Amino acid sequence: MILGNQIETTVSELGTTHVIWLPDTTLGQWEEALERSVSFDLLRVCREGEAWPLAAGLFLGGKSPLVMMQSTGLFESGDALRNVLFDLKLPLFALIGYRSYLVEDSADTAKKFVEPILDAWGIGYELINGCDDLPKLVDHYRACQVAGKPGVGLIAEGAM
Amino acid sequence: MTLASALQVLADVRGEQVVVTTMSAAREWMSQSDHPLDFHYVPSTMGGGFSLGLGIALARPDHEVLVLNGDGCLLMNLGSLVTVAVSKSPNFTGIVIDNGNFETTGGQKLATADSPIQLADFARAARFESVCEFDSLPAWKDGVAAALAQPGPRCIILKVTTVPGDHALKPPGPMPARITAFQTALNRS
Repeated sequence: MILGNQIETTVSELGTTHVIWLPDTTLGQWEEALERSVSFDLLRVCREGEAWPLAAGLFLGGKSPLVMMQSTGLFESGDALRNVLFDLKLPLFALIGYRSYLVEDSADTAKKFVEPILDAWGIGYELINGCDDLPKLVDHYRACQVAGKPGVGLIAEGAM
Repeated sequence: MTLASALQVLADVRGEQVVVTTMSAAREWMSQSDHPLDFHYVPSTMGGGFSLGLGIALARPDHEVLVLNGDGCLLMNLGSLVTVAVSKSPNFTGIVIDNGNFETTGGQKLATADSPIQLADFARAARFESVCEFDSLPAWKDGVAAALAQPGPRCIILKVTTVPGDHALKPPGPMPARITAFQTALNRS
């Protein structure tokens, strides 16, 4: 389990200026730590489709935004993601809550489709299964930045 | 009031604001303005204009940001009104081109077309600092300066009539080059 202060420290280390989020049960436990951060601003959106163009605008304005949402939000915001990452070609990074990943034999379709969809988009991802994996997240983020490509950190979660 | 005439009024008073355009407004604005701080969000994710403009406004509080968005776009992303209003960004102005139809796809009616729903009511309910509506060219000419001088975030609804013709969208060139040019202009200003 990743604690709020651990993710806040990691996200700060990435040079993030704004976290744009729509939380779920797991990510939501980070709210207090993210809101308290002096390194970045926490921006709340009403639906995940807003998050990508909002991040795009921040990036155009010279900032370093990071998007956080659950896998269901990834599905919901597919067109916005497509436009921002592939039409505008912006190297944005997202942390996506991988709902039900930790539930063996889960029939949750939100689990079933995450990796195939990221593969279909051609977005590189790393599975982050606990705080010991946070260095992997940092490495993946930096590799994406160097390559000028978007990327995703998949945060392993239990059931909804 | 046609879209072309409405935007000409805006072009006449435009200073050094960033202007983000989408859909029909982008097509028309391209023929009226060639300013380095114009960003034609074409192709866009429909409904993403206010969100992208808010991002620029938050990133660059030293710049006024005007977003020209269609009514169909706004209806697809009504939550963006809340996100903008809650941000309290004083440098954000959302201008909604209200023609009651999806112009770029051939003029099909919006869900609101035969209803008494007014888009301005949504903006007021979201608690925009100022909300103005204009349904005639003389009123818009008389009121544009005052509307843009109101506290932000501002929402301006322009009720326009649709003119028959080819309304297809044509991207104004490769996106990466346009982004580089826009960022360069933003950093110089």
